Amino acid sequence: MSKIAALTQWIDDRFPLTSNWKAHLSEYYAPKNFNFWYYFGSLAMLVLVIQIVSGIFLTMHYKPDAARAFGSVEYIMRDVPWGWLVRYIHSTGASMFFIVVYLHMMRALLYGSFRKPRELIWIFGMLIYLCLMAEAFFGYLLPWGQMSYWGAQVIVNLFSAVPFVGEDLSVWIRGDYVVSDATLNRFFAFHVIAVPLVLLGLVAAHIIALHEVGSNNPDGIEIKKKKDPKTGIPLDGIAFHPYYTVKDIVGVVVFLMVFTIIVFFMPEVGGYFLEENNFIQAYPLKTPPHIAPVWYFTPYYAMLRAVPALFGSQFAGVVVMGAGVLVFFLLPWLDFGKVKSIRYRGPKYKVALALFVVSFVILAWLGMQPTDFLGKFPGSTVEMATVLARVFTIVYFAFFVLMPWYTSHDKEKPEPERVTG
Amino acid sequence: MRIVQRLVALALLAPAVVLAAGHFVPDPAPIDNHDVASLQRGARNFVSYCLSCHSAQYMRYNRLMDLGLTEQQIKDNFLPADAKVGDPMTVAMRPKDAMQWFGAQPPDLSVIARSRGADWLYTYLRTYYRDDSRPTGWNNLAFPSVGMPHVLWQLQGEQELEVPKEAAEGEHHGAHAGPKLVLVQPGTLTPKQYDAFVADLVNYLVFMGEPARTHRVQIGILTLIFLGVLLVVAYLLKKEYWKDVH
Repeated sequence: MSKIAALTQWIDDRFPLTSNWKAHLSEYYAPKNFNFWYYFGSLAMLVLVIQIVSGIFLTMHYKPDAARAFGSVEYIMRDVPWGWLVRYIHSTGASMFFIVVYLHMMRALLYGSFRKPRELIWIFGMLIYLCLMAEAFFGYLLPWGQMSYWGAQVIVNLFSAVPFVGEDLSVWIRGDYVVSDATLNRFFAFHVIAVPLVLLGLVAAHIIALHEVGSNNPDGIEIKKKKDPKTGIPLDGIAFHPYYTVKDIVGVVVFLMVFTIIVFFMPEVGGYFLEENNFIQAYPLKTPPHIAPVWYFTPYYAMLRAVPALFGSQFAGVVVMGAGVLVFFLLPWLDFGKVKSIRYRGPKYKVALALFVVSFVILAWLGMQPTDFLGKFPGSTVEMATVLARVFTIVYFAFFVLMPWYTSHDKEKPEPERVTG
Repeated sequence: MRIVQRLVALALLAPAVVLAAGHFVPDPAPIDNHDVASLQRGARNFVSYCLSCHSAQYMRYNRLMDLGLTEQQIKDNFLPADAKVGDPMTVAMRPKDAMQWFGAQPPDLSVIARSRGADWLYTYLRTYYRDDSRPTGWNNLAFPSVGMPHVLWQLQGEQELEVPKEAAEGEHHGAHAGPKLVLVQPGTLTPKQYDAFVADLVNYLVFMGEPARTHRVQIGILTLIFLGVLLVVAYLLKKEYWKDVH
């Protein structure tokens, strides 16, 4: 026995190294027909690591103190060796995380990856998405710029729209009557430890659940149904390692090239990744003229603004916004289609999904603009952008609410027996 | 509850005010961040004209070495008497005095180019005009009712607002019939020289907003070349392994 084999045996007697390696990598059989959409899971993991590592280095120099936070970020940008690079990696990573996760979720909608038996993978994934939103929200306050401050102010104030307990609730969240040093300190705690811990646990659960049931694929059929009678290996399955590890490396390099272009040549991305107003230190006495969240929150922000006040309360808008996120959880139980993949779905699902994607993009765009940017309808006081936002909010929810109907009455094509490449 | 309403109302209404303030389109700033001579002139302009009231507290004097200046040159030409070369660019003016004199504390200019943008700054510093209704006697097209007087007026001279004919008659005026400024009292610089002076200054402000910028573009190109090579290797590796997948 060679020395390496002896060492492996020594470890295996004490820790399931080889068996885990096999179960999750070298003998985890994934469908051989993964396409472009299947890069984004591994890329999400990569961005998570990028954010944690760059975040650790930022924490070494950042000061979670209302009087010093803004200055400490500039200190990182100027005086810390390579600090500017670490900061840009972290700020770019935040937006890229959402891009990757949105594409990852889109893949699930295309190929029915949320369907039985993968409901728990989907639920863990949605919880990851919620954590990610919380993480981004808490993190956005830390640079202590005007947008940080007023964005946090607006979002925390949403909680005060909750009937009866709202005011107390928002004070409890802030630790003060306005966003202040106390708020910054607790947001820092949530951003650097509380949420990341939960996030890591959920990612582990997401992957364990995935490896239990096996990956879906662009044909939406179960490769485990056709196994080699002798080996028990799915006929259309290939070992994750080395096949998908080497394939994912190609995806990683392409992704890193995009990442590099942003970090080094256009870190602000025209004000979408780093907003201009956030280069002004937070000033509680002066509200910026136009408060808009970062792009990844804007679809929900557009919904919030689209809902008219009910009995003088914005609570209805808050509920609609919350529902816009939470409704995703129900997806596995709303879809009555017999097939999973868009390849064999009928025209109704295809149209519904297309409308949903269009409404998501348009809501995101509307959420970035002031509500009066399209003007008013001639001869009335109704703002066109608000009407548009209402229409697309309805389309957005219709995708979910009508799903039981259109998926059970759709003209689907038969699924193939084996994956089709 | 009231706070929410007010905030939402602000979020909804405030943009209207901004848009109503005019279809203001700033002039493109003719700057080049590789033009070291321009950056050096801009640094000189900044230190002599801006730094008496505005701080740049995140910028250290010795960072001017990025612009090709030596430590001795910085000490001789830029440093106040009692400062060290590693000190940040702070001002002696006390915030309380500033509030009394200008009604507001002059903002720190370290990252002003990142919040305002080069074009806006270039336009702002060139569109001051005489306005007797303002306490300082000055107003600005890019920044209506600005608190800062026209510090560079001796260089630029005095401009006055020429009210467009249609607007004077109370008629609707289109976007291109914007307000126009006329030079009524020439300054020590010609309009062309003044524009160049401001361009140098803005060039410097952009540099000061992010001193790492020039550097980062170079590193970015090297990183991309490295990743390009890695991509070829990764692709060939993938192709080799996938030969036996049918």
